Amino acid sequence: MAHVVVVTSGKGGVGKTTSTAALGAALAQHGEKVVVIDFDVGLRNLDLVLGAERRVVFDLINVINGVAKLPQALIRDKRLENLHLLPASQTRDKDALTDEGVAKVIDELRAKFDWIICDSPAGIERGATLAMRHADAAIIVTNPEVSSVRDSDRIIGLLDSKTVKAENGERVEKHLLITRYHPSRAARGEMMTIEDVLEILSTPLIGIIPESEEVLRASNIGSPVTLSNALSAPARAYFDAARRLRGEVVPMIVPSETKGIFNKLFGRKAA
Amino acid sequence: MTLFKIFRRSGSAPIARERLQLLLAHERVARSQPDLLGILREEILEVISRHVPFDPDRVQIKLDRGKSVSTLEVDIEIPNGLDAALAKAS
Repeated sequence: MAHVVVVTSGKGGVGKTTSTAALGAALAQHGEKVVVIDFDVGLRNLDLVLGAERRVVFDLINVINGVAKLPQALIRDKRLENLHLLPASQTRDKDALTDEGVAKVIDELRAKFDWIICDSPAGIERGATLAMRHADAAIIVTNPEVSSVRDSDRIIGLLDSKTVKAENGERVEKHLLITRYHPSRAARGEMMTIEDVLEILSTPLIGIIPESEEVLRASNIGSPVTLSNALSAPARAYFDAARRLRGEVVPMIVPSETKGIFNKLFGRKAA
Repeated sequence: MTLFKIFRRSGSAPIARERLQLLLAHERVARSQPDLLGILREEILEVISRHVPFDPDRVQIKLDRGKSVSTLEVDIEIPNGLDAALAKAS
């Protein structure tokens, strides 16, 4: 059965698109059939991060409006044959994104894919609410920083009230993904720790992505970090998060600078 | 500011955590309720305007959300002649 997952945050610039690309690729690398959808109408970037920007012909709104058929708009990744992209429109009016239209596209995708990952735009407007609307699960991307944590709390409130699942009295499965984590700064008390963020948001953790130049390098070259450098710390963290998303139990490794003893002391098992 | 001094050496993260815990405790309650502050403001002003004329632009409302107690401060500038107005009302 297909899983619909929204990658959301409220705040911009925390790593939603990077995480969508990396998790989508990681799942595809595990052999799952994956489609990633860009909901950021007018400001699409998932195509760029995936290195498919020159291959976009049709987009989500073309499909909703009936200008293009869904298979025509899907772009297959050149490196991973299981990974597909449904791009957002760059120019069209975002009012063209309708609830019924999105519902129809998601229904059609459910029949073809194992994972449908919706990359939400920042904010709490239409694009963001429609990206989460049909989700079975949500990945809330948070930086250990006050404004990001506050916005994540707001988004968690919306996931519990404005989704189809919530309206039917069910729950959207929520996972917290902490990105841009600086272990040394957290150790010095300059940055909130993982424990601080978990205590405030009381949402289960799916992964901790350390701040890394590999993430920037990956988007520079248009490749998910799990492909561009699969052995790097952020790639490993995304692979682990993808396995947890599939339901596997993977021990949580809190990134640290002094590797070894520190990891043993602070390493935790995922719930 | 004393809090700031205490934590400055050990970093500012504990301050961030405390501020967030306090703020989110209030925001989570506010989410499930109508705009309490708006309602209070409207009703308080309505009651006062029934007895005393005042300029709505000369009303200041301040709110301070605390851990155990929050304060709502309503500062209304009333033109001279309040005594007369009050005497007339009674």
